[in-house]
Amino acid sequence: MDDLATIRNEALSAVESAADLGALDAVRVAALGKKGSVTGLMKTLGALAPEQRKEFGARVNQLKGEIEAALEARKSTLGTAALAARLASEKVDVTLPARPESRGTLHPIGEVMDELASIFGEMGFTWAEGPDIEDDWHNFTALNIPPDHPARQMQDTFYLPSRADGTPMVLRTHTSPVQARTMLDKDVQKMLADGGSLRVIVPGRTFRIDNDATHTPMFHQVEGLVIDRVTHMGHLKGCIYDFCRAYFEVEGELPIRFRPSYFPFTEPSAEVDIGCSWKDGELRIGAGESWLEILGCGMVHPRAIANCGLDPAVYQGFAFGMGIDRIAMLKYGIPDLRSFFDSDLRWLRHYGFSALEAVR
Amino acid sequence: MKFTLSWLKEHLDTTATLEQVRDALTMLGLEVEGIDNAAETFKGFVVGYVVEAVQHPNADRLRVCKVDTGSGVVQVVCGAPNARTGMKGVFAPAGSYIPGTDLHLKASKIRGQDSNGMLCSMRELQLSDDHTGIIDLPADAKVGMPAAAALGLDDPVIEIKVTPNRGDCLGVHGIARDLAAAGIGTLKPFRAERVKGSYASPIKWTHGYEARPDSPCPIVVGRHFRGVKNGPSPDWLQRRLKAIGLRPISVLVDITNLVTFDLNRPLHVFDARKLSGDLVMRQARDGEQLLALDGKTYTLDPSIAVIADSRAVHGLGGIMGGEDTGVQADTTDVFLEVAYFDPIRTAASGRKLGIQSDARYRFERGIDPESVHWGADMATMLILELCGGEASELTQSGVMPDWRRDFTLRADRVKGLSGIDVPAKDTTGILTKLGFKVAGTGPWTASVPSWRPDIVGEADLVEEVTRVYGFDHIPTTSLPRLSAISRPVRTPMQRRVPQARRALAARGMNEAVTWSFMARAKAERFGAQQKTELRLLNSIDATLDTMRPSILPNLIDAAARNEARGLSDPALFEVGPQYKDASPTGQVRVAAGVRHNMAVPRNWAGPTRTVDVFDAKADALAVLAAIGAPDNLSASTGAPDWYHPGRSGVIKLGDRVMAYFGELHPEIVAEADLKGPVAAFEVFLEAPPLPKQKATKARSKLILSPFQPVERDFAFLVDAAVEADKLVRAARNADKALITAARVFDLYAGKGVPDGKKSLAIAVTLQPMERTLTDAEIEAVSNKIVAAVAKATGATLRG
Repeated sequence: MDDLATIRNEALSAVESAADLGALDAVRVAALGKKGSVTGLMKTLGALAPEQRKEFGARVNQLKGEIEAALEARKSTLGTAALAARLASEKVDVTLPARPESRGTLHPIGEVMDELASIFGEMGFTWAEGPDIEDDWHNFTALNIPPDHPARQMQDTFYLPSRADGTPMVLRTHTSPVQARTMLDKDVQKMLADGGSLRVIVPGRTFRIDNDATHTPMFHQVEGLVIDRVTHMGHLKGCIYDFCRAYFEVEGELPIRFRPSYFPFTEPSAEVDIGCSWKDGELRIGAGESWLEILGCGMVHPRAIANCGLDPAVYQGFAFGMGIDRIAMLKYGIPDLRSFFDSDLRWLRHYGFSALEAVR
Repeated sequence: MKFTLSWLKEHLDTTATLEQVRDALTMLGLEVEGIDNAAETFKGFVVGYVVEAVQHPNADRLRVCKVDTGSGVVQVVCGAPNARTGMKGVFAPAGSYIPGTDLHLKASKIRGQDSNGMLCSMRELQLSDDHTGIIDLPADAKVGMPAAAALGLDDPVIEIKVTPNRGDCLGVHGIARDLAAAGIGTLKPFRAERVKGSYASPIKWTHGYEARPDSPCPIVVGRHFRGVKNGPSPDWLQRRLKAIGLRPISVLVDITNLVTFDLNRPLHVFDARKLSGDLVMRQARDGEQLLALDGKTYTLDPSIAVIADSRAVHGLGGIMGGEDTGVQADTTDVFLEVAYFDPIRTAASGRKLGIQSDARYRFERGIDPESVHWGADMATMLILELCGGEASELTQSGVMPDWRRDFTLRADRVKGLSGIDVPAKDTTGILTKLGFKVAGTGPWTASVPSWRPDIVGEADLVEEVTRVYGFDHIPTTSLPRLSAISRPVRTPMQRRVPQARRALAARGMNEAVTWSFMARAKAERFGAQQKTELRLLNSIDATLDTMRPSILPNLIDAAARNEARGLSDPALFEVGPQYKDASPTGQVRVAAGVRHNMAVPRNWAGPTRTVDVFDAKADALAVLAAIGAPDNLSASTGAPDWYHPGRSGVIKLGDRVMAYFGELHPEIVAEADLKGPVAAFEVFLEAPPLPKQKATKARSKLILSPFQPVERDFAFLVDAAVEADKLVRAARNADKALITAARVFDLYAGKGVPDGKKSLAIAVTLQPMERTLTDAEIEAVSNKIVAAVAKATGATLRG
């Protein structure tokens, strides 16, 4: 009897004092292994009388169960402690920086072009393009600016050597030559003849000899052109109004004012002002005490329509031209035009947009 | 174009306020650029009488003045040396804003003496630079009256921007006509009566060619005056000219300026005694010279219209007169020139000679041809009235230009084009007030007045009617939808630009936008040799004189500028045009980028690394993937010579070049003053073909194997010159059915590898579709791979 109690006490206290899983396993072997103390007791059963065997066997089994439970409990305790110790040893300083990775940015000009695409896309416009190096005919003559026209002086033009056939070559002074290229397109002419409506926007680079605080020799314009049989100035106003509200994200009313003006390739011609106010040096577009000039526009001049191979008695429409750099400056509060083209990383990071900036 | 309100009112009977006039002008298309209203600026400033000026007790150079302001006497401390008892000056009370000093006056004590205002100098009022003393007003100035009035400045000066088509508004009368049409008062006709000459003009006008309506000078009128008295103009005339920024010279010259600005009728007067024989309108002879009124001598050619006598040229037609025959203070006999010059030729001559003048400005925009007659009458009246003397009979040469034109205005056209429903009576009323003769009941026939050469068709008539009726009547009509669903704005090819931009920004690069032009030397280093067609004839300066053949030089410069500013390791890209030649197809769209120096900068977590060719390759491939290029691209050597010859490559699809990538040539890096390596790439966005148009957007069917793929590694020993790609392709093609991928995972040369050889280790993925592979099958494929690689490259399996 004493044996049983002693073995029990020894085994249980050994379990309790096992410091790690290895020691605990040694305790298990010492008690329950082939040569273990409890196993030894089992081996003595065969020598006992049947009544004694039954009673003692039950007690040994109970002891075995008791020790097994203690081992299991201790194992769990030790496991938890070991994991905790490992986790503690693996702790790092999370305030250390992430591995170096630079954050890329998109230039505001491209961002605004994407905004234009989405806003005018909603209005059924498609995107048209033309070359930066233009011949004099597309840049001027087709647009009702014949040679020696005083309006040519309005635009200080960069010239390149003339073509072999004598055609003067220029850097386009506006995106308007793409009006001519589009109207002259055979597919476009067929679409119009079939009763269709031409709606294009033409964003791109433009060039004039100007280089001072507020002018750069290269800048960006977007041209809009609508040609069909019925579009009038009311549509022009509606189009500009809808664009300005969407682009400047004006929720409420936006005052818009058309002022008569002059461009050789439109008649009537207008300059457009939208309402604005200034608060703490920040421009707010919308109902306010001031007007902000936003673009020039008009009904395409009948001569320009005729020059581009369409019958002005049948077709009419509007065109507008807007400075992309300018509307980028207005919307995003960028003070200086020259800085757009300086590639200063501080500027690119500050005024730039993230790679996946959502385009509406 | 500047004019004063009172000047305008000489032509316009109106009760409109300055604000109404201002708003009406702008809404007529005569945009008001500024109004200088001294009465407003100097509100509260009055004529003050210095009752007493005594020495300041505590300051040698100050005086304490008692000033009668008309509404009381105030004390002012004044530092002006001319402040004295009994004078009259301009008094600004405390609280006034002083424009010349940009300060608001405060009542204060100066060295213990109260000072409750200020006696102003001309400079303090920004009227001139004079700051020698305070303004000394005439003794008859009324104490307490507004200072602006006492200074003769109570007439607001209005400046408008006149568009090139509106030459008729370069005279005050034309501006008044537009305002009258818009309902701002009634136009007053001007008085130009024919004065009968009392003697035959000793000088006659003639033409050196047969004058025709389209000649350089179709018509000229003039007359001789004798016994005139030149000298300073009367006050009213001097004030009028000064108000708009003109310097009064002498009454004869001032008359020509007055008529120019009042009626848009440039004139010239010669000192008749300095002319010999008749005056002739002709073209200059090659090499003829003229000392013009601006003091410069011009050498002429036959494209330039001149006025000459029997001896020499005395004027540049429509541009400027000659110095030698100009009138002087003692001139007594004059000869008047009232001509019409062709706008286009005048503009061309002016440009050629580099002369800007008030006359050229007007002639090149087209003046009223009929003004040769009434202009001569107006000039005659003014000369006789202001200079006395007597006038000869008129002399005239040439023929009247053909200005008469009629256009039909269809009744529905105004609304059809402008969207505004203008009542018929307003349509005809507006045109009539603008000087058109209108006939019919809609359609109308409108006869264009002689002063409106800009009206050339029906659309111009619509503009006249609508701008005067008011652009604010234009309705705001949203464009109707073209179709129920919106189409893509950009074509797949056009979309490659935003795709490339976003791909590169997502790779940590910063997008730049740089000039389309660059210095010729740089352009030539990047492939623009002999391309004279890409050189600007009139560049801003030599650093911007050639269209860029590559974007890289601009990005390299930008990287160097950033490094110079202490912004290290720039990674810049641009998506934009570059130019092969001057034709429309010579402009190609490129995504180019540079990464300078460190790819991985110093950091706590691992080693640093500088950029290299493979950074550039990764960028180029990322762009190509983003724009949807097919994946069977190959890389090979042969990049242009601005790249490092051994560390650069070309990405091709078949034979077509898709992109260049590599480290920049060390020479170029050194020239840019950059210290570390530069990885650069150029992807030609239009080069990859567009995928074939299919009926649907459906992708090909995805077949997934239920069986585990097997990966096997092979290390080959191969000649160092063998390209890795060749070896990988050989392995990949050893069993096309089973092998789905092969990639290089190790490259080694050095100890343990013979000289001239390298060890290239690849991992090959086998993907069975039918069943799990047996060891024997794997062994068989492995043998096939080794054999194929050996055959293609001479490689042996490394032991």
